[in-house]
Amino acid sequence: MSIIDTLLNDFFWRALIGGLGVALIAGPLGCFVVWRRMAYFGDTLAHSALLGIALSFLISVPLHLGVIITSVILAMALMLFSRNKTLATDTLLGILAHSALAIGLVALSFMPSVRIDLTGLLFGDLLAMTRNDLLWIYGGAVLILSLLTVLWRGLLMSTIHEELARVEGIPVERLRLLLMLMFAIVIAVAMKMVGVLLITALLIIPAATARRLANTPEQMAALAVLFGFIAVAGGLSLSWHLDTPAGPSVVVTAFATFLVVYGSAGQLSARPSA
Amino acid sequence: MSEVLVAIEDLTVRFGDRLVVDRVNLSLHRGDIITIIGPNGAGKTTLIKTILGIQVPTSGRIMRAQNLAIGYVPQHLSLETTLPLSVKRFMLLSGQSLAECESALARTGVSHLLKASVHHLSGGEQQRLLLARALVRKPDLLVLDEPAQGVDINGQAALYDLIRQLRDELNCGVIMISHDLHLVMAATDKVICLNQHVCCSGYPADISHDPAFIETFGRPVADSLAVYHHHHNHSHDLHGNVVGSGTSHSATGHEECSHEHH
Repeated sequence: MSIIDTLLNDFFWRALIGGLGVALIAGPLGCFVVWRRMAYFGDTLAHSALLGIALSFLISVPLHLGVIITSVILAMALMLFSRNKTLATDTLLGILAHSALAIGLVALSFMPSVRIDLTGLLFGDLLAMTRNDLLWIYGGAVLILSLLTVLWRGLLMSTIHEELARVEGIPVERLRLLLMLMFAIVIAVAMKMVGVLLITALLIIPAATARRLANTPEQMAALAVLFGFIAVAGGLSLSWHLDTPAGPSVVVTAFATFLVVYGSAGQLSARPSA
Repeated sequence: MSEVLVAIEDLTVRFGDRLVVDRVNLSLHRGDIITIIGPNGAGKTTLIKTILGIQVPTSGRIMRAQNLAIGYVPQHLSLETTLPLSVKRFMLLSGQSLAECESALARTGVSHLLKASVHHLSGGEQQRLLLARALVRKPDLLVLDEPAQGVDINGQAALYDLIRQLRDELNCGVIMISHDLHLVMAATDKVICLNQHVCCSGYPADISHDPAFIETFGRPVADSLAVYHHHHNHSHDLHGNVVGSGTSHSATGHEECSHEHH
């Protein structure tokens, strides 16, 4: 107990434990972002987090909850908008991503009483990880991993072929909503770790790295978790020793891993990966 | 009369102002093979999506037999290459046992691909995999959207032949979209020519003489099919007799179109 206590009292260990928790859920969810081409969508949700923070201050709810609610509302708005196809999806996402970010910044500037570290929110803050954050991260991780386990086949099937899945009776729309909810949670809990501007990187890069070595969807998800762990541990060490910002350091480590894996795997096998 | 699997009445689908499917009536019995033909944008895919239950009709009625198991063969499997997936895994995602998946693959002639990645299949192999995926669910109704797309000319005839054999083995109904007019004309019980509304429908042999068909596809196509049919009528009739699935053949073969044609 005392060891755990010591660990949790140390901000470095808190950040590491929190970061590993985030990587645990970012791995499998990141795979879905890659498989379903939702990178830009994830980015849009992440950008809305700032608006969520402003909102949580306004109606005094916990930050994480405010961010989750805002992301879910935005996700649903996006789903509705994209149904009537007057604007291309990427245009729509571009509009909403940056508008959400800008509105969030403007809203926060209207609250001079709120002392907030904007750089920390945008790029992550190692020091900011509290015990409360750890609770949110691991609570979210338990929820998301349970949901993923139960819904795995349906999610996979609706990713592979949405219409085939529907014909086979899989509730595609409901699963899409649940996936949005899971994205919203991961954004809310990862926000302090890497910052809203870099969250998508934490979702995509480990998953993309894993693709090079995986032969099944499950292997890819597991490897994505592993590469996420490497990115978090490596990034935090880098930050600790060189005094670099934590969020960007994690992303830089993830990118370096990506380059190494793609470089070496390319030499090992000339065949295209299965 | 065999069991009615699907019946649609006055089915209409609009996308905004655009009328995509216009008051279509259709009924499909167990053992029937109905092929929908028609120009691009005629609403063929929308019509079968309504039958599949993935497109909500704007108006009209659609009735499906109780507990109808549908096997759907989509146009293609446009899968992101980022998703690693083997043929075996794709089959198992149907929720059926490995033995059943293997026997479905064997039936469509692609059991050797069990370990292969779905990303490395040829057009023909992919269609046979999708067909196996539909079969493994033991469908009462098989719905195929251009099953021979991306299949070479020899493979096409073999594929249509396989679909007909499967209809006999499973005693299911088949509804498919096709552009391969010659093959369709030879392999189908009933053809529906769709151009938003049903232009004409009936036995393959009759339909190529239909003025509405000629108007839709042009005289050269109709003539070439008519010649083709003259040649093949016997084998078609003979086949019908041998198989003995011709119950629906006694029905009115040819419904004249009630719409005006411009």
